[in-house]
Order: sequence, then C-alpha cells, then structure tokens
Amino acid sequence: MIIRLERIERTFQVGDEQVRALRQISLGVQAGEYLSIMGPSGSGKSTLLNILGLLDRPDQGTYWLEERNTTDLNDRQQAEIRRHRIGFIFQFFHLIPRLSAAENVELPLTLAGIDPTLRKQRVDQALDRLGLADRAKHRPDQLSGGQRQRVAIARATIMHPSIILADEPTGNLDRSSGNEVIQVVESLHREGMTVVMVTHDPELGQRARRRVKMMDGLIVEDREG
Amino acid sequence: MKIKDVVLFCVRSLAGYPLRTGLMLLAMAIGVAAVVLLTSLGEGARRYVTDQFSSLGTHLLIVLPGRSETVGGPPPLLGQTPRDLTLSDAMSLKSSSAIHHVAPLMVGAAPVGHGHLIREVIVLGSTAELYIVRGLTMAQGRFIPTGDVNRAEALCVLGYKLKSELFGSDSPLGQFVRIADRRYRVVGVLSKKGQSLGFDMSDVAIIPVASASALFNRSSLFRIMVQASGREAIPKAKAAILKIIRERHDDEDDVTVITQDALLATFDRIFKSLTLAVAGIASISLAVAGILIMNVMLIAVSQRTAEVGLLKAVGTPGRQIQRLFLSEAAMLSLIGAGAGLLLAMGGKMVLIRIFPAFPVTIPYWAPAAAVGLALVSGLIFGVLPARRAARLDPVAALSRR
Ligand SMILES: Nc1ncnc2c1ncn2[C@@H]1O[C@H](COP(=O)(O)OP(=O)(O)OP(=O)(O)O)[C@@H](O)[C@H]1O
Ligand SMILES: [Mg+2]
Repeated sequence: MIIRLERIERTFQVGDEQVRALRQISLGVQAGEYLSIMGPSGSGKSTLLNILGLLDRPDQGTYWLEERNTTDLNDRQQAEIRRHRIGFIFQFFHLIPRLSAAENVELPLTLAGIDPTLRKQRVDQALDRLGLADRAKHRPDQLSGGQRQRVAIARATIMHPSIILADEPTGNLDRSSGNEVIQVVESLHREGMTVVMVTHDPELGQRARRRVKMMDGLIVEDREG
Repeated sequence: MKIKDVVLFCVRSLAGYPLRTGLMLLAMAIGVAAVVLLTSLGEGARRYVTDQFSSLGTHLLIVLPGRSETVGGPPPLLGQTPRDLTLSDAMSLKSSSAIHHVAPLMVGAAPVGHGHLIREVIVLGSTAELYIVRGLTMAQGRFIPTGDVNRAEALCVLGYKLKSELFGSDSPLGQFVRIADRRYRVVGVLSKKGQSLGFDMSDVAIIPVASASALFNRSSLFRIMVQASGREAIPKAKAAILKIIRERHDDEDDVTVITQDALLATFDRIFKSLTLAVAGIASISLAVAGILIMNVMLIAVSQRTAEVGLLKAVGTPGRQIQRLFLSEAAMLSLIGAGAGLLLAMGGKMVLIRIFPAFPVTIPYWAPAAAVGLALVSGLIFGVLPARRAARLDPVAALSRR
C-alpha cells in the first residue's frame, strides 16, 4: 500500500469553537490507484489532501507513505518527500507570474539543484507532451486557464513523483478545458501514477475507479468499480 | 540549488518589483556614499594638516618665548613678563650634542623696493641654518652665507613671487633692493615652495638676523627653530633647550618648546578619531537602509505568500526558503553598495572641483568597510523577513489566491 492512514484526527480552533475537520479517518490506497474524493463543502476533503501531501500534520493518528511513518519526520525530511514523491495540482494553478511557462515547469528541478542541460531537456519534453511547446516562453497571464493548468501539471510531474494530489483541478475552468485537464490527469494514472483527486463535479468523480465520499470529517462511502 | 540559479532567481524576483527594489537600492547607495565621502573628507583634513606640518622640515623643535603651560601654578604676577629670546640664547643652544642646527627667526613687515616698484612683505631675519632647518631650495644663487651671525651684512634672499614682482624675468643676482631705507644686495632666490605654517615662503625677503635686528631696532626673536640630530634625539634636545635657557634666564622656565612630532601626532590622532566618528555617524544611514530593507522585504513576503507556499509544496525546505530571501537581501545590499561607490566617486570629483586645494582622498579601508557594513546591515535586517517566509504555513498560503 502506498498510502495508509490510521485514525487520523484534525481539529481547527475557530474562536471558542473546535472544528473537527477530520474524525478518525482510516484509508488505504494501493500504488497506481485512481481515487476521487467528493462531498459537500466543508466536509474535510482539502484538509485530508493536505495531510496526504505532508503540507499539514494530523493532530492524532498515523500516516504511512510508501511504508514509511511520516508522522515524526522533520521539516527537511518532509520537504524531501514532497520534492521527489508527490506532485500537487491546485484549483488556482499557483504559477509564479514573473516566470515563463517553461521556467515555472523548471522550478522544482532548479530548486533541487539539477544540471541546467538536463533541466532543459526534461522541461522541453514535458511541455511537448502536454502540447505546450509553442507556449514555453509565455508568461502565465498570456495563457488560457486550461493552458495554465496544463503548465501546472507539467510542473507537478517534472520530478516523476509516484503520487499526484489534485484539489479541484477543474474548479476554475470551463467544461471543455476541464475535460482536457482531466484527460491529462487520467493519462498520468495510466502511466502508473497514483492519483487522488478532490472534485465537486459528480460526472468527473464517477470516472475514477474508486470513489470516496466524505461528510462532516468522516468517510461515509468508499466504492470501487 | 546551484549558486547561479539562486542569483538568477533573486534577480528576477527583484526585477519583478522595480519601484520597491529601486527605492531600497537608493537607500543603500546613499548610505554607502555617505560613509565613503565623509571619511574621505576626514582623511583629507588629516592629510592637509599633516602636510602643513611636514613642510616645516624634519626633527624640528620650535622655541617660543613665554610659558604656555596650562596646568598648575598660579597666574604670573605683574612684572614677571617673560624674558625675551635673544640671538645669544639661540647660539648657546649649539652646545648640546643633541642639537644639530639652530635657526633664530626675527619677523617683521617692511616695504621692499626695486626701482619704482615697492611691495610690503614679511621680512625674516635668520641665519644660514634656516636653509637646512626649513628644508628650503634655491631657484637662483645661494642662501645667506655662513659666518659670524652678529655681522649685519647688507644682503638678502628673495621669495619666488617677490622676485617675479620686483624683477620680472630678469636675474636679480648682484642687484640691490631697498628694504625700508637700507640697501641690500640680492644673493639668491628661493624656489617655489608652498605655504608652511602661516608663512607664504614665496612672498618674503630673508636677511641676516643681525641686519634684521638693526632694521627693526629690536633684539627679541620671534622664535628659534631647532633641528635635533635625529628623531630619537628630540626628547634630549628638548631637555637641553629648557636647561640651557633656564640657566641663562636666572632659573626661570620662560620658554615653550614645541616638538613637531608631538604636534603631528596630536593632530594625527585628533583627525583619525574625527574621521572614525564621522564614519560612525554615516553608518547610521546604513542601518536606516537596513531597516528599510527589512520593511520592504516583509511586505514582499506577504505579497509573495502564495509563491512561498508553492515553493514549499514542491518540496523546498524552510531553510532553503530562508536562504533564498537572505540572498535577495544580500544582493540588494551589494548592488546598492556598488551604486553607492559610484556615487561617492562622483561626489569626490565634485568636491575636488569645489575645493581644489583640499586633498580629498578616499582612505583605502573606507569602501571595503562601507560595503561590508551594507552587507551586514542587509543580512541582519533580512533575517526577520526570511524567517517569516520560511515559517509560513503552506496550507494557509496556498488557500488564498
Ligand atoms: N485553517 C483553518 N482554520 C480553521 N478552520 C479550518 C481551517 N481549514 C479548514 N477549516 C475548517 O475545516 C473544515 C474542513 O475544511 P476543508 O477545507 O477541508 O473543506 P473542503 O471539503 O475542502 O471544502 P470545499 O469543498 O469548500 O473546499 C471546514 O469546516 C473549515 O471551515
Ligand atoms: Mg477544499
């Protein structure tokens, strides 16, 4: 199992009130699975995804990633895992506005200190694959929403991670560019990556082989097939 | 991350906010330029004063009539006015082995004329040894000859400017000038030498001390200039002077001996501390620039929250993010300091234009110290914003758009 959550608890303090965003969540995901998470707003989907991506820490419970207990890793070790094993796709793309498409894709390689010639080769390849070769020099504000999300996907996959975490990747796109993006995500799954995708769109959610439904911080449904 | 990539990343993020970056660079540049320029003014003042004293000659002691001690003793009673320094006082100093040369100096003003041209100038009465003691050089002829100092020979040496004004380009050697109502034969002309301690040596006439005594009808000397036999002999020479004069003046300590070295050392110290103080004051502007950098970097961090969150999401450890922001502060400081050095160079040229006589020199340590201080200030004040960036919660940073 690539992901194993055991009785994960996450509580937020809002004023005097305690909001239990995740309650005793236990979940296992096999390597190469395609899993969608659906549920009403505020049910804890994003919180769960952030914990899976090591951007957030659970208050209680244990999280094994690739058979490694992540709960007591320090900042540097967690960053190392994010760098090499996990790719994020966000609803708002989060491209750096002053950098070109190619430079945005290159960023994780640059930060990891990889050789420039190798970097260029890999970036060209990734952009080419996503049909963005002719947009390499464009800045994000010169790209359409769908193109921006594809640049973000190229960035998320440039380090060849084993897990892709997507939080409403089509939430900010019209239907046709949303479909394009979903096809890219599904092609990643076909190449063997584990994909966990949060979505509000039931139609998109249904396309995943495994569908998890959340409500009030609990997993209320977990269907396969 | 490779250094070249760090630099590139920082440059691009700095270039992304040109106004903000420009303001910070300006602040740094002004700070650095202030440090460099103010220290060079201080250093210039020091050099100016030192040069003035050095032009007096070497191993020099000056004997002045009257005590000028500022410590101890009641004020002198009426009638105890100091005894005059006389020519025989001066000559008696030669008995000390620590003293090589003695030049008595009598000073007065008198009209000096040739033909129908007359100029009112300073007339110095002295001996042949003034030539050595003051380190004078001749343009033409020779100086006052050695011989009996009590003989009032009617000959004189002219300063360069005085000679030109009285004789033009003609040779004055062997010709006569009138000083007051007496005639003196010109034996030599001093070469161009600048001002030294108040006397413009190009605008004087020098005559034998005995002639001056007769001319001005007095026996008191303005001062005695003494050259010690070496740098180490200066204290011995000073003691000898005091002892000899005391014996001659009925056990009365009524002269003041100034050593050139002591004077020089004092002025040197004063101006060095002045330079440092001024540099210290100017460095405050660097600290101010540092605080400005801190403020603007803090704004930058909050404006770039999403970017920092993204850097974290793609696996950048907090430490690396901190280093990136610190590098940005360091680069701002360095570029600002570079601009400041250029500014200081320009300022120096302007100062030289305005005060051509004043030696404005940038001390060798000033640019290095200024750049170093700029860097330190940028780094110190860059730490807080950089740490804030490193500690940013990525979830919160990314949830905003
Ligand atoms: N940083 C936070 N501080 C306080 N409360 C929080 C914080 N983050 C999430 N919550 C709360 O936790 C609960 C779960 O939030 P979460 O963002 O996971 O919901 P979600 O399922 O992703 O909703 P949506 O579909 O609207 O994105 C919500 O009630 C939310 O208000
Ligand atoms: Mg959400």
